[in-house]
Amino acid sequence: MYKILKRKQLNENIVLMEIEAPYIANKAKAGQFIIYRVDEYGERVPLTIADYDRVRGSITIIFQTIGGSTKKLAALNEGDSILDVVGPLGTATEYGGAKRVAVVGGGVGCAIAYPQAKALFNAGAEVDLIAGFRDKSIIILEDEMKAVCTDFHLCTDDGSAGYHGFVTNKLKELIEGGKKFDLVIAIGPVPMMKFVCKTTEPYAIKTLVSLNPIMIDGTGMCGGCRVRVGGELKYACVDGPDFDGHMVDFDELMKRNATYREQEKSHVCRITGGVRNA
Amino acid sequence: MPNMQQNKTPVAEQEPAVRARNFAEVTKCYTPDEAVNEAERCLNCPNHPCMTGCPVSVRIPEFLSKIRERKFAEAYGIIRATNSLPAVSGRVCPQERQCESKCVRGMKGEPVAIGRLERFCADYAMNHPEEIAAAKKPEPNGHRVAIIGGGPAGLTCAGDLAAKGYEVTVYEAFHTAGGVLMYGIPEFRLPKAIVQKEIDGLKAMGVNIMTNMVVGRVISVDEIIAGGCEAVFIGSGAGLPRFMGIEGEDLVGVYSANEYLTRINLMKAYLDEYDTPIRRSKNVAVIGGGNVAMDAARSALRLGAEKVYIIYRRSMEELPARREEVHHAQEEGVEFLLLTNPKRIIGEDSVTAIECVKMELGEPDASGRRSPREVAGSNFMLEVDTVIMALGTSPNPLIGRTTKGIETDRRGCLVVNEETNQTTKEGVYAGGDAVTGAATVILAMGAGKKAAAAIDEYLKKDKR
Repeated sequence: MYKILKRKQLNENIVLMEIEAPYIANKAKAGQFIIYRVDEYGERVPLTIADYDRVRGSITIIFQTIGGSTKKLAALNEGDSILDVVGPLGTATEYGGAKRVAVVGGGVGCAIAYPQAKALFNAGAEVDLIAGFRDKSIIILEDEMKAVCTDFHLCTDDGSAGYHGFVTNKLKELIEGGKKFDLVIAIGPVPMMKFVCKTTEPYAIKTLVSLNPIMIDGTGMCGGCRVRVGGELKYACVDGPDFDGHMVDFDELMKRNATYREQEKSHVCRITGGVRNA
Repeated sequence: MPNMQQNKTPVAEQEPAVRARNFAEVTKCYTPDEAVNEAERCLNCPNHPCMTGCPVSVRIPEFLSKIRERKFAEAYGIIRATNSLPAVSGRVCPQERQCESKCVRGMKGEPVAIGRLERFCADYAMNHPEEIAAAKKPEPNGHRVAIIGGGPAGLTCAGDLAAKGYEVTVYEAFHTAGGVLMYGIPEFRLPKAIVQKEIDGLKAMGVNIMTNMVVGRVISVDEIIAGGCEAVFIGSGAGLPRFMGIEGEDLVGVYSANEYLTRINLMKAYLDEYDTPIRRSKNVAVIGGGNVAMDAARSALRLGAEKVYIIYRRSMEELPARREEVHHAQEEGVEFLLLTNPKRIIGEDSVTAIECVKMELGEPDASGRRSPREVAGSNFMLEVDTVIMALGTSPNPLIGRTTKGIETDRRGCLVVNEETNQTTKEGVYAGGDAVTGAATVILAMGAGKKAAAAIDEYLKKDKR
């Protein structure tokens, strides 16, 4: 059993939880994920680790309630326990000594963009953090993100806060304006990551994306998380979840992630199909 | 006088048409009278040929004679002395290639149904706990051993070492121990409650099982050793599933058998109250001819599929699955397309058909296997909405990648000394699919047993 030490509602649909998990906290690195199973009936759902505290022996996850399994999790309170939490899974992000980095987060993806920016910023890199939201009402982690970057660029699709436009527009402006990024990290919905990669490709800027395919075991056994990268079959759980975004077949990923969409409609508690929410 | 009945005593089974639509166990257990009748077929050969066919050296004639005396609990005790998981092996061993293949009765008629009798004893013991001497916790010998992976190899190794007084900790990656017995083999062949009881038995002997521990991620083999374990056994099992590399494998509706079966068995997607989804298919093609392919095909039927095909590139003679599984699958209506190979999978987003080609067997190659080749112009289409690839797996890559001094071969299998099952790292042993690539439960159990004996030798020597 894994005890929930803290629960905080970040916006209407996004919840932060700090969970007691000393073994995981001891090993976690930016970019890795956990798999949780709320109760005996629950799915195994992967979620990227948003933060960890080795001293407190805890990890933090931030997730959007988009389906039955995340709703079940969100229904738990401080002091409750989650039946199973396993991790840290996947490989840690490799920054390759990057010095000038743009970290791009979209929606709940900002929960993961934040620790990436923090790791880079603390390591002395110059970080532009571009955070995109649909509108002002769903902005999360604004103060936290501001504290771990050189320049913070808040964007909203409707212009209700910050820059009026998509993160890709902002990124392009920065590049055109003379920012010399040696690395871009994009975390968010698959279409956003796809278009960030399209944006950086003409400038040949290395772009890492964190993929969220359907997954069950997370240890390299089921093969559900297979993705095509540079024409090769890769498994997000052991080879990723980070990949070179210019090599990823995003259309295939989107197609495969929709596998259980029909069942999601017909069975209310079978909504996410193990789709990672970050 | 032995019972000279030519054939095995029949065992009750669920009717094919009924069982093909439910997940309850297919084969029932012998009644005591049936078991005695069958055990009386044993000739009690002086040189025990049957035992030479058993990877864990069960003293078969001895337990059969106890059945004849109706001392079923004692019969169980004899099996249990060398086999940590009799309820499992009695159900899933390929006896026709092991003990029963050596049975003298098989030369004229059918061999003694050793598998069914083993299962009878194991089930008897589970149903009559009062007759079974409670597993004694042996005197601790002060040595600690870690087992990585709670599947058949690891559990067998753990059981044998615990019986010798070792303090044994099993590191299990999933939320429950059992490995392939839990995630791979379906309920209708091996009820999960039975597996759980076997695991509980090991716990009662003092085996400590830590779930949600992915070795190689949360802790490394080197850290386990640094933490005071004097020996480690790696039974990390099957790894990444193989695909064919043909067009259309990325389509929605293409599963690896591992994923399909894990959703059903471990996550119980076939039960409404469980949240994990599974595709409800109409027409299913399962590619491959092993036990895993049979399990996937028969599971698809039970999930409501109308047509289920097994597509295998060689002929029935080469088909590697257990005979009983093939027979059961055929009875249930699985259609076998032999000497057939897939060419490509067709569909827009989701699978709609699979194109296959007919094969013929050529001359035997250097390995003695007749290699299949395509029959030109014999391509045909099969309308399916789901394709399940049951082509085997490569061993789990995590441990090899994260442990210093452990060598793997080019297939990713851990390299071990055949005598002792020791890896290239001192004090670290391995067995099961992690070493052999996809194989059987009983071979994994045999490897766990061998390694347990070798670990005992190693640590005793160390102590001197």
